[in-house]
Amino acid sequence: MANELFTRDTQAIFWNNNKSAIQRMLDYDYVIQREKPSVAAIVAPTSNNKFEKFFYGTDEVMIPIYRSTAEAVKNHPNADVLLNFASFRTAYDVTNEALDMDQFRVIMITAEGIPERLARLMNKKAREKAVTIIGPATVGAIAPGAFKVANIGGTIENIVKSKLHRPGSAGLVTRSGGLFNELSNIIALNADGIAEGVAIGGDRFVGSTFIDHMLRMEKNPKIKYMILLGEVGGREEYKIIEAIKEGKITKPVIGWCIGTIAKHFSSGVQFGHAGASANAEAETAEAKNRAMKEAGIHVPDNFNDLPHVIRGVYEELKGKGIIQDIEEPVVPPMPEDYNKALAAGKIRKPRNFVCTISDDRGEEAVYAGIPISQVATPDTGYSIGDVISLLWFKKRYPKWATNFIETVIKTVADHGPAVSGAHNAKVTARAGKSVVESLVTGLLTIGPRFGGAIDGAAKYFKYAHDNGMSPKEFLAYMKKQGIPIPGIGHRIKSVRNPDKRVEGLKKYAAEYFPATPLLEYALEVEKETTSKKENLILNVDGTIGILMVDMWRALGYSEEEINEFIESGTLNAFFILGRSIGFIGHVLDEKRLGMPMYRHPWDDILYQVEKAEEIK
Amino acid sequence: MAQKPIREYDGKRLFKENWDKYFKGLNYPFESVLVKSGEELLKKAEEPGYEWLKQKPLVAKPDMLFGKRGKNDLVLFKVNKPGDVTLKDAAKWIDDKRSQKVRVYSKFEGDKPVDEGKEDYLTYFIVEPFTPHSEDEEYYIAAASLDENYDALYMSAHGGMEVEENWDKVTEVKIPIDATDEEIEKLIKENIPTDIPADKKEVYANFAVNFYKFFRDLNFAYLEINPVVIVGNDVYLLDLVARLDDTAGFLMKDKWGDIEFPTPFGMPEKSPEEKAIAEADSKSGASLKLTVLNPKGRIWTLVAGGGASVVYADTIADLAGGVEDLANYGEYSGGPTTDETRFYTETVLDLMTREKDPKGRDKILIIGGAIANFTDVAKTFTGIIQAFEKYADKMKDVGVRIYVRRGGPNYEKGLKDIKEAAERLGLPIKVFGPETHITDIVRMALEDDKKGAK
Repeated sequence: MANELFTRDTQAIFWNNNKSAIQRMLDYDYVIQREKPSVAAIVAPTSNNKFEKFFYGTDEVMIPIYRSTAEAVKNHPNADVLLNFASFRTAYDVTNEALDMDQFRVIMITAEGIPERLARLMNKKAREKAVTIIGPATVGAIAPGAFKVANIGGTIENIVKSKLHRPGSAGLVTRSGGLFNELSNIIALNADGIAEGVAIGGDRFVGSTFIDHMLRMEKNPKIKYMILLGEVGGREEYKIIEAIKEGKITKPVIGWCIGTIAKHFSSGVQFGHAGASANAEAETAEAKNRAMKEAGIHVPDNFNDLPHVIRGVYEELKGKGIIQDIEEPVVPPMPEDYNKALAAGKIRKPRNFVCTISDDRGEEAVYAGIPISQVATPDTGYSIGDVISLLWFKKRYPKWATNFIETVIKTVADHGPAVSGAHNAKVTARAGKSVVESLVTGLLTIGPRFGGAIDGAAKYFKYAHDNGMSPKEFLAYMKKQGIPIPGIGHRIKSVRNPDKRVEGLKKYAAEYFPATPLLEYALEVEKETTSKKENLILNVDGTIGILMVDMWRALGYSEEEINEFIESGTLNAFFILGRSIGFIGHVLDEKRLGMPMYRHPWDDILYQVEKAEEIK
Repeated sequence: MAQKPIREYDGKRLFKENWDKYFKGLNYPFESVLVKSGEELLKKAEEPGYEWLKQKPLVAKPDMLFGKRGKNDLVLFKVNKPGDVTLKDAAKWIDDKRSQKVRVYSKFEGDKPVDEGKEDYLTYFIVEPFTPHSEDEEYYIAAASLDENYDALYMSAHGGMEVEENWDKVTEVKIPIDATDEEIEKLIKENIPTDIPADKKEVYANFAVNFYKFFRDLNFAYLEINPVVIVGNDVYLLDLVARLDDTAGFLMKDKWGDIEFPTPFGMPEKSPEEKAIAEADSKSGASLKLTVLNPKGRIWTLVAGGGASVVYADTIADLAGGVEDLANYGEYSGGPTTDETRFYTETVLDLMTREKDPKGRDKILIIGGAIANFTDVAKTFTGIIQAFEKYADKMKDVGVRIYVRRGGPNYEKGLKDIKEAAERLGLPIKVFGPETHITDIVRMALEDDKKGAK
């Protein structure tokens, strides 16, 4: 155990609910067929969830979430690795706290840019407690076939291609995480893969360095040779040279320091990581490569030749019988991720819903194909009537029609507190309910008796007109049906005291509608009804319903389409939309007034309660 | 993200703003101004609080992150005799010094410069009162972040210009980074240089202890005052050099105030393109870096990943036999959006296609990268393709050959897309995945040159 960073039993606590990284760990677990998931628990201080689900193959497993490291540690005493994915602002505190818990053997820190003083303090404390810190600023480490930290190795496909799913013979140490993957790939292509690998991180002060890991690898019998990818800056590579000279490292080492380019530029250009800056001749990549070569390390002439050197060392060790052939394990097929497969066009499924009016999937949500920003502000020329025509009818209506729609909305917006809907809304608001609850109690009264005349008028007048009934025949027909004509009649208004709202609508239609055949017909009907009774005038509901039909006819809709609008309650919708404005006004009014709960007075109720008859 | 030098003026300002917390009982008259011209200095003298500029003899020197100002003869402290510099003299001197480029040397043997120096304009000057004092009142103090375990405090009774020559008289105290205040005090007080006069010892020791705490608490990586003059309880910080650890910025908002990390003297100012990329970088969660090494260079790189970008630059220099052809250095990484990649690519392509190679050769565009850990290759390549579409004609005009090598999430689609796009646009392209060695496209590009591609 002491010779290996991780085993197949190693479990980690993952600090931060980084779902994709954790999923990748579980995918890895599945590919190598681990018994226990490599992530025992997640710490997420602001989470309200008790667990998070992850795929294990095609199945799903639940991983507990805790709000503090202490809680996670208490519940998972065997998890001895902390994967610290906190940001650079909190990574120090998380590590520092974890070090005090004396449970973690390895702490990996991904954040880049932890203040140097804090990084040094944290690293020192870890060394004193014999805890191995990997990072900061790293993708971590991997023990192929046993345990993988977060995103190291990349996608599961790449991991298998790079033979990171089963142990090989090389030990690999790098600074950079991107090049770690690359080296794993090179080693898989030219040798038999790695047995353990660590990316130590790019910051100036990292918790564990090449020498810490290479001394451990020296003692790990699975590792037959080591590959070191260093960088310009720092003196860590010299510690390896010293260890070789002192006989502490005896296995073959292949080494290369990147950043030889730096010698061509006097100063100022920062090549690579924060730690990658040579402060002295000995810290240049050139000098380190030279020194490594002199110490017997296998050093290529340039990076492009590295694969050949690796192949050479591998073949030699194989020739000597130090490295044996590896029997490749069976890799269970990895189920493809649904979203990925969908994006790649590999799978399909029938949709349960259809939407033809708007789309929120692109850069900006669209109303019937037009981005919201192109309809929202006044300078776009779009009014609320245009928005209604787009979202309700998927067309942009001409100005006279959208102005008419807005006229209707404004006309029906409110009719005082006494009508049933407004009354309901007020009573509900006074019962302490929210705006939406109060609003819907008002809206729920809209129907055949309240607000329904718009629908009814359109329906019956259109029916009569379509069937060529004379006004007299229409009256007779309605009488026979036993229905009062919707849209006819007003409580107080009459021929001599006309409804100004109706006057306005008629005037607008006369001026702007191309034609108003149904209105003309309705006015003929009104002549008949008012001749019987003064107040049997065409009222505002009737006028709106009838003019809507005229509007659609003028816009070129077929009679069938208009009938469909009427049947589906489209006319009612104008009333619902408009009157919501009024209802909300009443609800807000109640909230403002702070009136108490309403209780209807007894004296306004006729109580006539008899004792219930008993049925035997 | 690293240790960054700050101006002498800012270093002194940090002392002043935090003085009472660290140096109670001692006085530091913060009389310093930072100006860009003589005119600005004269104006400053009219502001309340700056009457001293008219009343006291002055010292003026450039404040541009380089040292050895005395040896470079860039400190004005006398006209005829030390301490006779008036406001007018200082203003005139500043305007004179900033009017033309100045060569500044950083290594001297005796008074003779032994390096080639750097040439640039002087743009910032610090002006302070002339402080008459004797040489034996000049002390030295410095602190540095030494290694993973220790800071170092350097103390000497012999400050001034010759401190390096007198380094054997400097006492180094190694202070463990996790030492308690008591331990720090003990360590420093036990090691006060013996040649500090007895009557100054206590005040110097107190100053040194608190100097270290100030250094530590404000996240300096290096802080040197040479000389510091102590007269009674008055402290004069005559010359100061400092570097801050800029990664601590988020902790130090209150203590640092509005700190500036200037471009060092002699460094070329960033080009507009480099500035635009730096600006985009600062706004993004991803990393976007661009340095133009040689705008007329023939080989341009568009590389994903910090380590990979170094490896490509190394290999180009190794295989092309030098850096003459290498036009830029840079990288994008950390999962940039399609838009960010498009912008980055357009910036590079714009620079690349401004003029033809003077020798009539093709230009080479290396689109490289290691096997990504989590960056979606297809997504970033979509940005590159969008930039191709915009610059295809210009790329054909100057003759660009493209070499691509990349791996990672979704790389198959990315490689297929970029190949199709380049072919559709009539741009010569070769595309490789992880089965090809990361830098092998550099070799191929250079070999294609020999095979008769221009």
